[in-house]
Amino acid sequence: MTLYGFVVLVIAQLAGESLSQAFGLPVPGPVLALTAIALLFWRREAIPQPLADAADALLRHLSLLFIPAGVGVLQHLKLLREEWFAIVATIALSTALTLIVTAYVFVYLSPAKEEGGK
Amino acid sequence: MNTPFNLWVYLSASPLTWLGLTLAAYLVGDVLARRSGGHPLANPVLIAVILIAAVLVVSGTNYAIYFEGAQFVHVLLGPATVALAVPVLRNRQAIRQNWKAMLVAVLCGSVIGVTSAVVFGRLFGASELVVRSIAPKSVTGAIAMGISRENGGDPALTAVLLLFTGLTGAVTVTPLMNLLRIRDWKARGFAAGLAAHGIGTARALSVHPTAGTFAGLALALNGIVTALLAPLLLRLFG
Repeated sequence: MTLYGFVVLVIAQLAGESLSQAFGLPVPGPVLALTAIALLFWRREAIPQPLADAADALLRHLSLLFIPAGVGVLQHLKLLREEWFAIVATIALSTALTLIVTAYVFVYLSPAKEEGGK
Repeated sequence: MNTPFNLWVYLSASPLTWLGLTLAAYLVGDVLARRSGGHPLANPVLIAVILIAAVLVVSGTNYAIYFEGAQFVHVLLGPATVALAVPVLRNRQAIRQNWKAMLVAVLCGSVIGVTSAVVFGRLFGASELVVRSIAPKSVTGAIAMGISRENGGDPALTAVLLLFTGLTGAVTVTPLMNLLRIRDWKARGFAAGLAAHGIGTARALSVHPTAGTFAGLALALNGIVTALLAPLLLRLFG
């Protein structure tokens, strides 16, 4: 049942947040939980179905979860008006550079060079 | 007797109204994005944010009131981040086969992503708050906002910058990769997911399934790696 999977995700996050808080770690709690679950099930063949169902349900509408924070743009209109050029230029250049470096490094270290694309 | 004004006073004070508006705006954005045939600018988040912002401005509702309802959606970002473990586990085979390329690419991509954002931000004269909020711009939603909060940025501002970054990456990845003659779908997808998180991943998925898989992996791995490296990089360059 999906609900069991959801409970696992929430409890894992709470455990991650607690660890992060208790030890003053710079890593967000959900990232600790994500890493822990991935490591825990790495050697097992099957992912528990309720966990997979809950994860799929959440990830299918990941964009929705982003909206409340995005509406926060209203609180920053003044800042965006003042610094729009720096923001646009930084994002454009930094994103392009990140794309190029990542793709080049990946291609350079890839084991086999099959499967071409356009 | 209840006038429409009284009804509005009642409704606008109810969190359910703002939760409902968030869900409805997302549905509208989703339908429009699909109708457009997956055009990168017809992004469901962008459309929904514009619709909701318009309603809030016209009705004179402040963000805190809106968020009382919208928080029920917002809080799910955490569990959704944890849920990324599932796509990682599903692609164990691909990770085992390509682990070296993925590991080095994610390290390089994460360092370049954060460092170039900070350096260009400073160069173009952005304020300290913007520089710290823009640093995790290539990382997926909940993780980026967490990184922003931990490192002196503003999570809400980061959310907006993420949207810009995702759209920039989704629009530029195909022409850029063609220009550089990078034809490997794995590399193209991995770059899209790493530089432009969920929006880049959605774009990669719509172009090629292999690109989509590697974009999803890059998104998850970059979230983990940048969460670890960002504090260090911000201390070095901040």
